[in-house]
Amino acid sequence: MPMDRVLRHPVLDVPGPGPTVEFTFDGRPITARPSEPISSALIANGIHIFGRHERDGAPQGIFCANGQCAQCLVVVDGRPVKACLTPVRPGMVVRSTVGYPELAPDDAPVSLVPRVDEVRTEVLIVGGGPAGLEAARELAARELDVTICDDKPTLGGKLSLQTHNFFGSVADCHAGDRGQAIGELLAAEVAALPTVEIWTESPVVGVFDGGVVGVVRRGRFTAVRPKVLLVAAGAREKALAFPGADLPGVYGAGAFQTLVNRDLVLPSRRLFIVGAGNVGLIVAYQALQAGVDVVAVVEMLPEVGGYKVHRDKLLRLGVPVYTSHTVLRAEGREHVERVIAARVDPKFHPIPGSEVAFDVDTVLVAVGLSPVNELFEEARRIGLRAYAAGDAREIAEASAAIFSGRIVARTILKDLGFPDTVPEAWRQRALELSAHPGPVLGVYPVPAERRVYPLLRCEQEIPCNPCTEVCPLDSITILEGNLLGRPKLVGDCSGCLKCVAVCPGLAITLVDRRVDPTGARARVTVPWEMPEEWVHPGEVVPTSGREGEPVGEARVVRILAGRALHHRRLLVLDVPASEADRVAGVRVRDPVPPRPVPGAPPVRDDEVVLCRCERVTRASVIEYLRATGTRDMNAVKAGLRSGMGPCGGRTCGELILRVFRELGIEPGSVTPGVPRPFTQEVPITAFLSEENDGRGR
Amino acid sequence: MAADVDAIVIGAGSVGNPTAYFLAREGRRVLVLDELSASGQGQNKAAIGGVRATHSDPAKIRLGQESLEIFSHWKEETGTDIGWKPGGYCFPAYDETTESTLRTLLGVQHAYHLGIEWRDPAEIRRVVPGINPEGLRGGTYSPGDGQVNPLKAAESFTHEAVRRGAEYHYREKVTDLLVDDHTVRGVRTDRGEYRAPVVINTAGARGSQIARMAGLELPVAPESHEAGISAPVKEFLAPLVVDLRPGPEGKTANFYFGQDADQQVIFCYTPRPAVPGENRTSTFEFMPIAAARLVSLIPRLKNLTIRRVWRGLYPMTPDGSPIVGWAPDVKGLLLGIGLCGQGFMLGPGVGRTLAALASGTRPILDPDVLATLSPSRDFYRGTKESLR
Repeated sequence: MPMDRVLRHPVLDVPGPGPTVEFTFDGRPITARPSEPISSALIANGIHIFGRHERDGAPQGIFCANGQCAQCLVVVDGRPVKACLTPVRPGMVVRSTVGYPELAPDDAPVSLVPRVDEVRTEVLIVGGGPAGLEAARELAARELDVTICDDKPTLGGKLSLQTHNFFGSVADCHAGDRGQAIGELLAAEVAALPTVEIWTESPVVGVFDGGVVGVVRRGRFTAVRPKVLLVAAGAREKALAFPGADLPGVYGAGAFQTLVNRDLVLPSRRLFIVGAGNVGLIVAYQALQAGVDVVAVVEMLPEVGGYKVHRDKLLRLGVPVYTSHTVLRAEGREHVERVIAARVDPKFHPIPGSEVAFDVDTVLVAVGLSPVNELFEEARRIGLRAYAAGDAREIAEASAAIFSGRIVARTILKDLGFPDTVPEAWRQRALELSAHPGPVLGVYPVPAERRVYPLLRCEQEIPCNPCTEVCPLDSITILEGNLLGRPKLVGDCSGCLKCVAVCPGLAITLVDRRVDPTGARARVTVPWEMPEEWVHPGEVVPTSGREGEPVGEARVVRILAGRALHHRRLLVLDVPASEADRVAGVRVRDPVPPRPVPGAPPVRDDEVVLCRCERVTRASVIEYLRATGTRDMNAVKAGLRSGMGPCGGRTCGELILRVFRELGIEPGSVTPGVPRPFTQEVPITAFLSEENDGRGR
Repeated sequence: MAADVDAIVIGAGSVGNPTAYFLAREGRRVLVLDELSASGQGQNKAAIGGVRATHSDPAKIRLGQESLEIFSHWKEETGTDIGWKPGGYCFPAYDETTESTLRTLLGVQHAYHLGIEWRDPAEIRRVVPGINPEGLRGGTYSPGDGQVNPLKAAESFTHEAVRRGAEYHYREKVTDLLVDDHTVRGVRTDRGEYRAPVVINTAGARGSQIARMAGLELPVAPESHEAGISAPVKEFLAPLVVDLRPGPEGKTANFYFGQDADQQVIFCYTPRPAVPGENRTSTFEFMPIAAARLVSLIPRLKNLTIRRVWRGLYPMTPDGSPIVGWAPDVKGLLLGIGLCGQGFMLGPGVGRTLAALASGTRPILDPDVLATLSPSRDFYRGTKESLR
């Protein structure tokens, strides 16, 4: 299949050529992998435009890749469906949606009756990510009947999309392992529990009168009556509004991870990332792993919001991170072709004359996450006993979500009258794990007079300890005695490389000065997670220092690999002895300076689409708010239809609140939109069954 | 104490907004008070937007005609599109009971010169593409009826009223009516007091609570109904369709649906038995029942996607007719409440009537017809209207 697919990956298992499925899109034959989503099959075939919007013909493509919006709507065999949720089937006829989809005039009378399966459970958990899974495990320990619902085919939540090694503690949250592996591990543990029922491909779509929770269980509407609802539905990405943000090729980091890391398609060749929090930095790294060039990461704030180690590993590879910069606009005729960015002043206003252009095909927006907690709020309002855990409660790392799930589960048990308590150590650990990146404190000095030693470039408080756990000589310790402190080498080093292989921040190298009796050369071993073909033994490669500064050149002596190395390869480099302590990585790309385009046209409000579903611009929102003086999101919705689309205002809601604020209206004084079922659109057939199947009521 | 305004309207909803608009258009100074934070945020936005004159009760026919007149000319008048869709109403008949009910009503309706006729099955199938032909006996079709977007209408009436000087206060709750000497003098709110010679109660589901502040007991009690809306599909259905049969599931009376100006299929049923109270949380039973009724009437709707459901209140009166007119025993208090779920479709007609009464001009309803809506009438006299 000579297509836009990930064919090699340093971490993920890439299946070899296997069976294929043929279908057509607007008459064109398409070859797909069996049961992959239509959207991924189309993108793998270079098709990024799935339809055109009814209102203005704007091209529509993938946006959330998560079933939350409806931008990827296509018509399959006469039925409008979301391409990102619908697996390909041999021979299916897929058409692009131009304007509103037509209902096929399929008028044969049907005998379908109302259908609701009613199910009771003690605890219904929404979301099978780290928080939900860990909560299930705790609850099952008391033999409670637990049902976990997840809209995806497999459990693990967003862990399943993560190829990087996680921070945290080795002893109690699998630190040092890759996200995907942690997800599989947690899911397998829960799958083995006899009192836990797992419903995959089963989105929870609303909370109804009397505390009934509506689940579309594999296409069938099901009424669940839980004693307790635990919402562990994770987070959604915040949107950013700028001209061109509605073009195909602009989407969230999560959508990119879904396409690349789950479906192994390559939607991009040249990527631009907005936001240098942990999500933006990590997805940049993951993009490189898949072979996508990351042209730049921009961050509005003067410092990156994510961990310094995540930034530094990008800088070392040669990816520029521009702080105090923002995206002005994305340009392109039917798809992103370039991005204009600019420096911002201390008040975050773009500085005229500082505009620069980057030629890219894709822009990822990674400007923060919001809890998915609507079901929790609604359940509380209705009077159902409800709890939230993980990101749905507080945005933090997956390791923190693991503890959040355990703690909330214990709280539920206590509230149900079980003699359980939340151990104080858990609370402590949860606090540590959810700590935000702290100040950069610098590294401990290089040990003098040593011939072989690790350099621990861990210079910021990070809740992480794998290096201290793997050292066979117990030579690495955290003096502060908690997870957050910086590791220090306090004993001998045998040069075993375990710490280099495990450090999730890729912040450890091993210097070995024993090999060259003349003392002119040294060996430096650095962790390496990039595509295999980028570096070969014997090759001379440019080296980078801790923060990406060029150091010199090194010869690749050999490449170590193996299970014991956490699927990570290690490059053994031969470097001048004088550079050995400075070499922290290998540069793979030369940062191309951006093209200055001073005097780029200023952003007009009527170019900025806030509500993508209904194509509502910033200009019309401003005009509406000024004309009506309203303080009610429901009125904006009524007047402009913003939030009336398939996503229910989940994308534009915060953007519109921001406009309120800009007009001097405190968002807290604005009446929020009234949430209503369904949290995502439901095919009408989910509510019906054949008259004679004996399952309806 | 001098009056602050000529009239105070309580409730910026389906009835209050047109009332304020017509008063302001006549140059009256109007203050509209609503406890919610914007116009039309009570039951107005729960309406599905059908507007018809083809009722069976003279007062409703007349009010419906007036409302249609106002809605259908609104864009010419104001330049604002409120989603008016002149697609008519169609009542298909699949059984003898329905056919005979509809045919009987035609007599009354023709007496009022309503544009409604009996159509044979072939014609009904033309009017409602894809309608299930099995057992279809024909039906009535009234092309002069139509649909309006309630959200846009509320906003536009408000905008036009404000443009003409009406003042709207949101997030201000009326806590008492100021009455002395059997005469209303104004209202007290949680923020202050306002004086006016006329106070108009258009508080919808809260209408009887407001009336009680002046010592009036009016038999208005809310019932809860549910509705839903699909994702948009290419336009295929012009009329609102009403199926008068009780549902085979035994939980519903009539079922009605249409495709609105935004091309979404919007639908609603009358629960049986009725659900008294103010519960506005959707039930999980609604959608399966509505889905079955939709696809049994138009099989191609099995390819529809459902976007949202909600619940709204029908402020019911014992005889099914609205309460429109001067309050007994309290001078200056006008009532426009108890619209029985037809507040939106009858709102402009009722608003114009209330405005005329308040300013002493001739109302659109003849006195004998208006008398049938009087707050002083015997609510338990006759039978309910057959075509609610």
